Amino acid sequence: MSAAGGLPAFAHDALGKSEALGTVATICDVCFWKCGAVAHLRDGKLWKVEGNELDPLSEGRLCPRGTGGVGAHYDANRLKWPLIRKGKRGQEQWVRATWEEALQTIADRMSKLKADYGPESMALFTHGLGGSFFKHTMHAYGTPNIAAPSYSQCRGPRDVGFTLTFGEGVSTPERTDIANAGCLVLIGSHLGENMHNTQVQEFSHAIERGASIIVVDPRFSVAAGKAKHYLPIKPGTDMALLLAWMNVLVKEELFDKEYVDAYGYGFDAFAAHIAQYTPEWAYPKTGIEPSVIRETAREMARHRPASLVHPGRHVTWYGDDAQRSRAIALLNALLGSWGRKGGFYYPASVDIPAYPYPDYPTPRRPKADNPGNKYPFADGALTNGIREATTTGKPYPIKGWMVYATNLLEAMPNREETIRAIQELDLMVVVDVIPSEIAGWADVVLPESIYLERHDDLHLSWFRQPFVGLRQPVVESPNDQKPGWWIARELATKLGLESFYPWKHIEDYLRTRVESAGLSFDELKKHGVILGPKEPLYFDEGVPAEFYTPSGKIEFYSPQLEAAGFDPVPQFTAHEQPPPGAFRLLYGRSPVHSFSRTQTNPVLSEMENENEVWLNEDIARRYGLASGDYVRLKNSEGTTSNPVRVKATQRIRGDCVYMTHGFGHSARGIFPKYKKGASDGQLITKYEVDPLMGGTGMNMTFVTLELEA
Amino acid sequence: MARFGMVIDTAKCVGCMDCVVACKTENDVPDGFCRDWIATEVTGSFPELSMEIRSERCNMCDNPPCVYCCPTGASHVSEFGKLVQITNDKCIGCKACLAACPYGARFTHPDGYADKCTFCEHRLREGKDPACVSVCPTFCMYFGDLDDPNSEVSRLLKSRKSKTLLPEAGTEPRIHFLTDKAK
Repeated sequence: MSAAGGLPAFAHDALGKSEALGTVATICDVCFWKCGAVAHLRDGKLWKVEGNELDPLSEGRLCPRGTGGVGAHYDANRLKWPLIRKGKRGQEQWVRATWEEALQTIADRMSKLKADYGPESMALFTHGLGGSFFKHTMHAYGTPNIAAPSYSQCRGPRDVGFTLTFGEGVSTPERTDIANAGCLVLIGSHLGENMHNTQVQEFSHAIERGASIIVVDPRFSVAAGKAKHYLPIKPGTDMALLLAWMNVLVKEELFDKEYVDAYGYGFDAFAAHIAQYTPEWAYPKTGIEPSVIRETAREMARHRPASLVHPGRHVTWYGDDAQRSRAIALLNALLGSWGRKGGFYYPASVDIPAYPYPDYPTPRRPKADNPGNKYPFADGALTNGIREATTTGKPYPIKGWMVYATNLLEAMPNREETIRAIQELDLMVVVDVIPSEIAGWADVVLPESIYLERHDDLHLSWFRQPFVGLRQPVVESPNDQKPGWWIARELATKLGLESFYPWKHIEDYLRTRVESAGLSFDELKKHGVILGPKEPLYFDEGVPAEFYTPSGKIEFYSPQLEAAGFDPVPQFTAHEQPPPGAFRLLYGRSPVHSFSRTQTNPVLSEMENENEVWLNEDIARRYGLASGDYVRLKNSEGTTSNPVRVKATQRIRGDCVYMTHGFGHSARGIFPKYKKGASDGQLITKYEVDPLMGGTGMNMTFVTLELEA
Repeated sequence: MARFGMVIDTAKCVGCMDCVVACKTENDVPDGFCRDWIATEVTGSFPELSMEIRSERCNMCDNPPCVYCCPTGASHVSEFGKLVQITNDKCIGCKACLAACPYGARFTHPDGYADKCTFCEHRLREGKDPACVSVCPTFCMYFGDLDDPNSEVSRLLKSRKSKTLLPEAGTEPRIHFLTDKAK
C-alpha cells in the first residue's frame, strides 16, 4: 500500500467465501453530483460500484455512469505517468517524467512567474470536489484567478437570475422539491437523459404520483414522453413563452396574491409591464398556440404552490440567460413556489469548520476576469474573462494556467480563442485522468488517480437532508498516478508554501476537520456518510421568509438592474434564426457519459460509443438521408465536424439538429473515441456573452449538412 | 417454491441503461454482449408523439421453447424460482436455443456456451433483487413471486394495465410491462 493511497481495511467484511469480498464506502466522481457509493472488491480487485443506502443523494442507487465507474479504474487509455512536452504545444509529443522532475519544472516556472509578473499571473481552471487542494495551493501562492466552466459555461446565469429575484441562487444539488411537486415544468431540462441522480429519482416519484408534467423542448425528449403537455417550442424563444405565461397568471388573477402581497416588491410595475405579452403576442414567436399557453398556465396555477418551474442547470443558451432565468424565478414567484412544499425548499448542510490554516496572502490586484466590473452581476469568476485577459494581457498579463479536471477545449466556446490564449502562456499544466484535448496543449501533464483510488476533501453540500460524505480510496492506482491532494501539497512544498500544509497525509486533515465538528471520523470512514439533524424546509415549517435582495423582498421589479442600465423586468429579445437550409445546433447530455471525461471508460463506451445527430425524419428524407447514414456538419464560419451518424426521427423539429455533448475527439490519446462522432465544442465558434454576468450563450451555432460521398 | 417474475413500469423507465451497465459488472458479461437491453418505440409524427421505453431481457417463459429444443438438457427450468437457466458445461454451443428464443435474449459466450440473463440467481439466493432491479434510479422494476397473490408484482398486475412481449408466440413470459400511467 502506497503512502499516498492509505487504503482503509476492508477485510472485516469478507464473507468467508472462496472469493474474498469486501466493500468500501466512498463518493462517486463520474459526474459532479457526488453520490454516496459502495465499492465492492473481489479478491482484492475492484468488482462493482453500487449506491450507498445511507446516502441521501443516491438512496442506494447510482446512475448508469456511477454503476459503470468501475471502468474508469480499468481504462487502458488513462494517463499513466507525468509527461513533459517536447515539440510544439498541441502536438501531443511527450517525454515521460518522474514526479520530482515534473513538479520541480512547474515550481521553477511558477516561482519565475511570481518574480516577473506577480502571483496574479497564474490562473487555475477547476471542476469538482477534487479541485479543493489546488485552489488552496493557488490561494497560498497568491492568485485570485480561479475559475470554473461550471459558472460561465453552465449554471452561472441561472443562479444570478434567481439571486436577483429571491436573493439566493438554486445551487447544487438543485433545491427543487420535485418529489412533492404537483406540477413540474421542464424547459429544455431533459431529466432521464440528463442523469443527475437525485433529480431523476424524484422525477420518477413525481411520475408515479401522477404529477402533471409540462415539457418545453424543440426535441421530444425522454421527459416529453412522460409529459401531460409537450410544447415543441421554436428554439431561442423561451423568454416569450415565459412572459406570456406570466401574463395569463396576472391577467386571469391566477397567481398567489397572498404570497405576492406578503413577499413581493414592485409587483404593480411588473404587472403593468407584463400586460403586453399576451399568448397571441407569443404565438408567432414560439409556435405555441395561445390556447395551449393558457391551458398550461392554468394547469400550473391549479397546483400552486406545489408548481415547480424547473430552473434547469446548463442554461448558457442565448446570451440573455440570466434574464431568462430571472423570468423563470418570477414565474415561480407568481406561483408562490419558493419556500413552499413541491416548489423550492431551503437546504441545509452540516457545519464543519475549515482547517485552521494560516491566512492567505492578499493579492495585490483583483482578479483579471472582469475588468472594470463590465459584467456587474457576475458573482463568480469567468473562465472566458481569464481567457481574454490571457490573450490581451489586460488588465494584466496572465502567464500560467493550471487546468484541473476540466477539458476546456470542449467546455468553452470557440476553441481557437482558447488555443490563442494558450500560446501566450509561459506555463501550461493539466491535471487529469485521461489524455483530453486540453492535456494535449499542456507543457506538463500530471496524471491523477481516479476517484476510486484517492481521498478528496469532505463533501458538504446543501440539501434537504444535511450530511457529510467522504471520498476514500478503494484500490491502488495501476501506474504512477497520484491523488490530487498529494500533487497540490507537493507543489506547494516545492514553492516554499509548506506552512499552508501543516498536515502530512490527507487523513490527518480530514480527521481534524470532522472531529472539530464533534463527529467521529472513524464512523465516517466506515459508513461513508454521516447525517446531520434535519431542519425545516419550507416557510410553513418555520423557515423565516427572508430574502437577501436590496429590498428584502422578492423583486418583481429590480431597481438594481435598472440602476445598472438593464431591464428591471425581463423583456423578449428576438434571437437570430437559422437561414434557409441551415439548422440550429442544440446539444445535451447522454445518460451514460459525463462530458468528455468518461469517453475512454470501457464499460460506458460500450453503452454509447459515438454520438448521433438527430435530424427531423421528413427533412432527412428530403436530403435522401436515413438513420445510420453519415454526414458532416459545417457551421457558418466554415468549421466542419467529423462524420457523424444520422438519427432520422420524428422526435425533433425541422429547424434544429441535436447531438449529445462529449464526442468527436481530436486528441489522439483518446483512442477509443478519436474522431468518433461530432464535437459540439468544435462547432460552437459563435457565442453571445450575457451582459449581466458574462456567461457564454452557446446555442447560437447554425450548421448545414455536408453529405458524405 | 416461488415462481419469480418481473414487472417493469414503462411510465417510469427513462431508458438510461443503468440496468445494462449493472448487469455487465455484476455478471462479468463479456465485451460486446449484454444480457439486458433497452427498447424504445416511438409512434406518431412530430409533435403528436408517444414513446414507450422498455428494459428487456430473457422472459423466463413458463412455456420456454429454448428448454424444449435443447438437445443436452443444458437449458432447463430450475427448481429455485422456476427459472430458465443454462448449465454451462452441459451446453455444446449448438445455438438451437438462440434460434428458438423469439426475444433474441441469448447469445453465445466467447467460451462457447449459450448465455443469457439468470435473474441474478446468485443474488436471489442471498435474498437480494437482481442487479438491474436493485440499481434502477427510477425504481421502475419490481421483482417477486408471481404465485404469491400478495407480492408486490402480483398486486401491480392486478391494479395496473400490463402486457407481455409477443404473447402470440405462446411462450407465456414472466416479464410484464405496465403500460398505463401510475396513480
